[in-house]
Amino acid sequence: MKQVPQKDAPLKLNESGTWIREDVSYEVNEPDAYALEEALRQREKHKGEVVVITSGPARAQQVLREALAKGADRAIHLEDDKFVGLDAFNTAKAIAAAIKDEQFDLIFTGLQSDDYGYAQTGVILAELLGWPHATIIMQIEKNETGIRVKRELEAGFFQFVDMPTPAVLTIQSGINKLRYATLIGIKQAKNKPLRKVSLAEVQSALGENLQKIEKLYIPQKTKKTEHIEGAPAEIAKKLVDKLRNELRVL
Amino acid sequence: MADTILVVVEQREGKLNRVSWETITAGQAIAAATGWTLEAAVVGSGAASIAAEVAGKKVAKVYAIESAKLEPYTPDAFAAALKQFLTSKQPKLVLMPHTYQVRDFVPKLATAMGRTVISDCIGFKHEGGKLVFTRQMFQGKLAADVSFTSGAPWFVTFQNGSFRGDKAEAGASTAPVETVSVDIADGVIRNKPQEVFKEAKQAVDLTQAEVIVAVGRGIKEQKNIEIAKQLADALGGDLAASRPICDSGWLPMDRQIGSSGQTVAPKLYLALGISGAIQHIVGMKGSRAIIAVNKDSEAPIFEIADYAIVGNLFDIVPPLIEEVKKAKG
Ligand SMILES: Cc1cc2nc3c(=O)[nH]c(=O)nc-3n(C[C@H](O)[C@H](O)[C@H](O)COP(=O)(O)OP(=O)(O)OC[C@H]3O[C@@H](n4cnc5c(N)ncnc54)[C@H](O)[C@@H]3O)c2cc1C
Ligand SMILES: Nc1ncnc2c1ncn2[C@@H]1O[C@H](COP(=O)(O)O)[C@@H](O)[C@H]1O
Repeated sequence: MKQVPQKDAPLKLNESGTWIREDVSYEVNEPDAYALEEALRQREKHKGEVVVITSGPARAQQVLREALAKGADRAIHLEDDKFVGLDAFNTAKAIAAAIKDEQFDLIFTGLQSDDYGYAQTGVILAELLGWPHATIIMQIEKNETGIRVKRELEAGFFQFVDMPTPAVLTIQSGINKLRYATLIGIKQAKNKPLRKVSLAEVQSALGENLQKIEKLYIPQKTKKTEHIEGAPAEIAKKLVDKLRNELRVL
Repeated sequence: MADTILVVVEQREGKLNRVSWETITAGQAIAAATGWTLEAAVVGSGAASIAAEVAGKKVAKVYAIESAKLEPYTPDAFAAALKQFLTSKQPKLVLMPHTYQVRDFVPKLATAMGRTVISDCIGFKHEGGKLVFTRQMFQGKLAADVSFTSGAPWFVTFQNGSFRGDKAEAGASTAPVETVSVDIADGVIRNKPQEVFKEAKQAVDLTQAEVIVAVGRGIKEQKNIEIAKQLADALGGDLAASRPICDSGWLPMDRQIGSSGQTVAPKLYLALGISGAIQHIVGMKGSRAIIAVNKDSEAPIFEIADYAIVGNLFDIVPPLIEEVKKAKG
């Protein structure tokens, strides 16, 4: 699970124009919240344990705390400011290194992050682990040979895929209904195990980034947009005038 | 030898996915800027007929990469086939459309080759001999120019709509087509895909709607949908929504606009509290006119809006309903 800037946070560029300034509010990457929920539901059906992992600075611990409060059993935090700047290849390598002694049956990631939007980390992780994967998942059922998942395809199409476990699945938002943390859950979370992994511990598994952000900037507008301003009543009048005389929909 | 750009076009059930023409256009533009050679490839069983279609475009060569094991599509087989092919051909740059299928296998392919993908790009720049690719970040609020710091092949995927497919140049003569058979060992393919299907028939067809009022998460609560409904009714239009609204069950799925919902092109698309993520925009950017109401002046929806109203939709919409009613008499 990844921590990302809040959806409507005003973003400012840092001095070198290669990343944003960190002084914004953060939240859980949306599909990752659904991935956690799905893991909790699978545990409720089939027993077992839910472990959450994040890679990011100290602030990212909040994501793990929330997940523990919702019912995850334990958490792993790859904690260092430098994890923010890794490309998807190295983020997946760091995660793979941090879980090398674990024996998971399924790994869920979100299908993409709201900040980088690589849409890659989960698939790369699967390849590093040598596991099969499936992306954009909307349903997961256990069967005799492993699992049957429902993949979302474009334009309203779907497909079921049978696959063995262990496997990596990238989860689509809307696969389930999210739960809220309860007061008891929040209390219990304080006593649940949270393992910290430093950059030094996984450094040997990482390499140079394979891609580099040269420049980050506010996109140039290509379309001519007319701003309609004023008090709401005035805006309404102006708009109706456009609707009638320019757009001819009235 | 000159460097090569390889465009991998997408086929589905024996048909070319038309977004592939956009990638061909991108490849032609990069070839023109760099002087590199442009080639194309189709992967799948029975790729030859599609290869012939692509060979009509201005490309130096088209490869049909075939194996019975490539049907149906699996990420394991596609990654294995392309890895074999790319390892032998060694192109500098590999371009693909950023489709659901490509995002399913290309990170695996690149990783298997120790390489990286610059994904979901919207353009490229070639400045001072250096090639950078532009991609959206933070859900379209910012853009980034990204370069490769590693060796070839460089993998790039392009966002739907970034280049014009109808601008793909035809060749002076038909390009040669070479069929390449790849070996995919037993046991490589682990997933067993079933038939592709569509969920129960859609009750609502928004593709013919002339006026659409669409709501996004800015509507905040289910009960507030009512004011959008009133506006839609006053305008004689249909109600639609962004994905999170349908995910929450506030409106049925068949009112969702976007890459996983319907694609519409009404005379008027009025977006209320929709941020303008690309997956939404692809479903409505063909609208004749777009009016956006959003309290965030930097919301990406304003980049494609014809009329922008920066403000709280709860202040704007009620007087608008009244004015529309008045105008209609
Ligand atoms: C593979 C994939 C497929 C997807 N398919 C689709 C799809 O088909 N359709 C789709 O829509 N999305 C799709 N998405 C999701 C998409 O990426 C966005 O998450 C989604 O479109 C955001 O919806 P939104 O704009 O309603 O919400 P948000 O992004 O949360 O935006 C809400 C907006 O409302 C504004 N706002 C808040 N309060 C007010 C107010 N009082 N007045 C005015 N404005 C206000 C905010 O400033 C903000 O801009 C897909 C994503 C992926 C990864
Ligand atoms: N720093 C991170 N920590 C934990 N999970 C991550 C991190 N980066 C990416 N992921 C996971 O990978 C998914 C896809 O991210 P991305 O490849 O950046 O689009 C996210 O939804 C997360 O589940």
